[in-house]
Amino acid sequence: MSESVLFDAPGPRTRRRMVWVNVAATVVVVGIGAWVLSRLGAKGQLNPDLWTIFLTADPWVDYLLPGLVGTLRAAAIAIVTSAVFGLVFGLGRLSASRTVRAVSGAVVEFFRAVPVLLMMIFFWLGLSRLDLVEPRDLPLVAVVLGLTFYNGSVFAELVRSGVHNLPKGQREAALAVGLRRSQSLRLVEVPQALLAMLPAIASQLVVILKDTALGYIITYPELLDAARRLGSGQGNILQSLVVAALIFIVINYALTRLAGLLAGRVGLRTSGRAKAEPPSLVVATGTTPT
Amino acid sequence: MDDGYLEQFLSLFDQFDVLAAFWVNIQLTFYAGILALVLGTVLAMMRISPVPSLRWAGSTYVTLLRNTPLTIIVVFCVLGLWGQLGLVLSTDFQTNFFRLAVLGLSVYHAAFVCEALRSGVNTVPVGQAEAARAIGLGFWASARLVILPQAFRGAIAPLGNVLIALTKNSTVAAAGSVAEASGLMKTMIEFRPDVILLIFFTFAFGFVLIVVPLGLATTTLSRRLAVAR
Amino acid sequence: MRARRLAVALTAAATLTLAACSSGGGDDDTDAGATGEASETSGGAEGTIRIGIKFDQPGLGFQDGDEYTGFDVDVARYVADALGYSEDQIEWVQSPSAQRENLLQTGGVDMIFATYSITDKRKEVVSFAGPYFVAGQDLLVAADDDSISGPEDLEGKNLCSVTGSTSAQRIKDEYAAGTNLLEQPGYAECVTALTAGSVDAVTTDDIILAGLAAVPANEGKVKVVGNPVSEENYGVGLPLDSDKCEAINEAITTMIEDGTWQELLDKNVGASGYEANADLNPPEPAACS
Repeated sequence: MSESVLFDAPGPRTRRRMVWVNVAATVVVVGIGAWVLSRLGAKGQLNPDLWTIFLTADPWVDYLLPGLVGTLRAAAIAIVTSAVFGLVFGLGRLSASRTVRAVSGAVVEFFRAVPVLLMMIFFWLGLSRLDLVEPRDLPLVAVVLGLTFYNGSVFAELVRSGVHNLPKGQREAALAVGLRRSQSLRLVEVPQALLAMLPAIASQLVVILKDTALGYIITYPELLDAARRLGSGQGNILQSLVVAALIFIVINYALTRLAGLLAGRVGLRTSGRAKAEPPSLVVATGTTPT
Repeated sequence: MDDGYLEQFLSLFDQFDVLAAFWVNIQLTFYAGILALVLGTVLAMMRISPVPSLRWAGSTYVTLLRNTPLTIIVVFCVLGLWGQLGLVLSTDFQTNFFRLAVLGLSVYHAAFVCEALRSGVNTVPVGQAEAARAIGLGFWASARLVILPQAFRGAIAPLGNVLIALTKNSTVAAAGSVAEASGLMKTMIEFRPDVILLIFFTFAFGFVLIVVPLGLATTTLSRRLAVAR
Repeated sequence: MRARRLAVALTAAATLTLAACSSGGGDDDTDAGATGEASETSGGAEGTIRIGIKFDQPGLGFQDGDEYTGFDVDVARYVADALGYSEDQIEWVQSPSAQRENLLQTGGVDMIFATYSITDKRKEVVSFAGPYFVAGQDLLVAADDDSISGPEDLEGKNLCSVTGSTSAQRIKDEYAAGTNLLEQPGYAECVTALTAGSVDAVTTDDIILAGLAAVPANEGKVKVVGNPVSEENYGVGLPLDSDKCEAINEAITTMIEDGTWQELLDKNVGASGYEANADLNPPEPAACS
């Protein structure tokens, strides 16, 4: 960022001006903050009892940690199933057979277009009529299925575009040494495409983790649901939501950083980025598909 | 059974206004899309600006908002902004929640618009900025006249993805007391659980009908507007 | 070379997960079968019994860490005990309103104590024992608010209920068409909006409201109006072919006669100052069909 070509390094006068602007901006921000706090205080939301409970073990042991476990469990299962779904349909979209390509394409496009919440509600209400899963596991299954169909489709697209972005020479070389087309895909192209897509995949993990929060609408006991139950038992729902949001932010921020680190590393190990990127004006971004 | 089944299913549409529910989602998407684009552009400007504190504020905003589940943000808008702080965006009770939901959707997606624009800025060759500076343009002028126009054209695809995500995420407004499609689907399924498959596919295809053209338009636009390099 | 090793690892991982998934699914099925069979030996002290309750309604059915508390839960414990199941043979299953019939029809639970009103429509698909309590739709208002004594007073006021609830619609349709309706995911959110003064009332069954009002943090801030506008007979939901109805009704009658019923009610929602509608409570269990 410091070597940005968009502007000169600020001189002494600009720096002075910046200081003043910063002071003014800080005053404004602090002012808004103070107003918010005073309003909250007037409504009794700053009552220390509502907050200090988070310094004790009970809400963590009874609600937040089990909720976090629920969130992580759903996310972990969904990541694995999405990866499988993504590999299968990603390869399907690269298949030599026109029918397989068309079917995979239709499946992927369909599930990318349907809101995750809609799918979760459908599986939750639908599966309960079929008696296929333990009722206790039903919300988890519905959450995981909803997440899998959507994120699996995103993964499938990543696999496909990753392979398409490989230099042609990779496949040509594979075919030249006598590999069949499917072998070339499996042994040469997809592994490299996956490596090249690793940062994007890692960013998608953030999306999965966040979307588990939709599970509370279908009574899956995840972090947001735990926070709401904690809040209804203690009468501090706003505070509980703040704490839950902070937990989400910390975990997702760590995941995003991980994605950034990966992006820096894997570039060396794959020809997936061999196509020279245009020189950038700012530090590279990990653009996250929402 | 077959005949009656379909008839009964169709009779559901007399009782429940599916189109009106989808119209709410489209409106949510439209207003939140515009607001998010404006806010996201401002954030992107902040993040490439010469002022360190602005860059810091921009990236903090993006980090915080991008990593919070949308559901929490929407619930916060209703319970926090309206419930506690008394923020009223419309004197009409229901419109107020609609606007609060638009606000929640906008601030969330603005973070993604900002990221999309940054990736667009990355497609602009350094030479463009150097040339802009060389002819004496300052930061504002070079950003406004040279960088951003090209960045927008380079960012059509990711911006389109944000718009598609926003369309689907408009269903989360249900958590903010807005009667939209996902809520109606739930009500309809609970009312007629025997036709659950048809109901689900009606709504699912409704979204496909909105989202797929958006996707196609994005692809066409990003090709047509791509800056030849 | 590296790429190749990774490919092998990925393939292996994918195979493993596939295997894990399918075996996981298999486990689930056998599991369901096993518990299903076990619970069929009802009456005996063998096996477990699966009881559906709410997990998120303080005072009625609430999951507090590993503990389950509330009036519904305590009644369920008493009944289960009478049927020969001790506390550790009970498996609590979350039964949200939208899922209750499904859970009973698919055998996911053996009985349900979850603010489950006996209605003719529901009787077509499930059967009921009880009632063990008669609730009525009522209003929760701020403790110092005397302007609302019934649903008619809600004209132009803000009312909160949970998304998709029929009780709020009933007030709009039958009492005060000009009511502003806020729909929230749960009643806890409604109470937060109420204590903040953003809404004037929360509506649902009186005992649910009393449970919310009895939460320590809300004590003294809110009150149940005490003017119920409907009659909700809370029954014990059972599968249609259940043979437990008679035994459950007997247990409920005993519970009412030996004073446990009143005791449980006071313990769970007494702190709100709410008193059950004495004309209808304690109810007499209806004859089993």
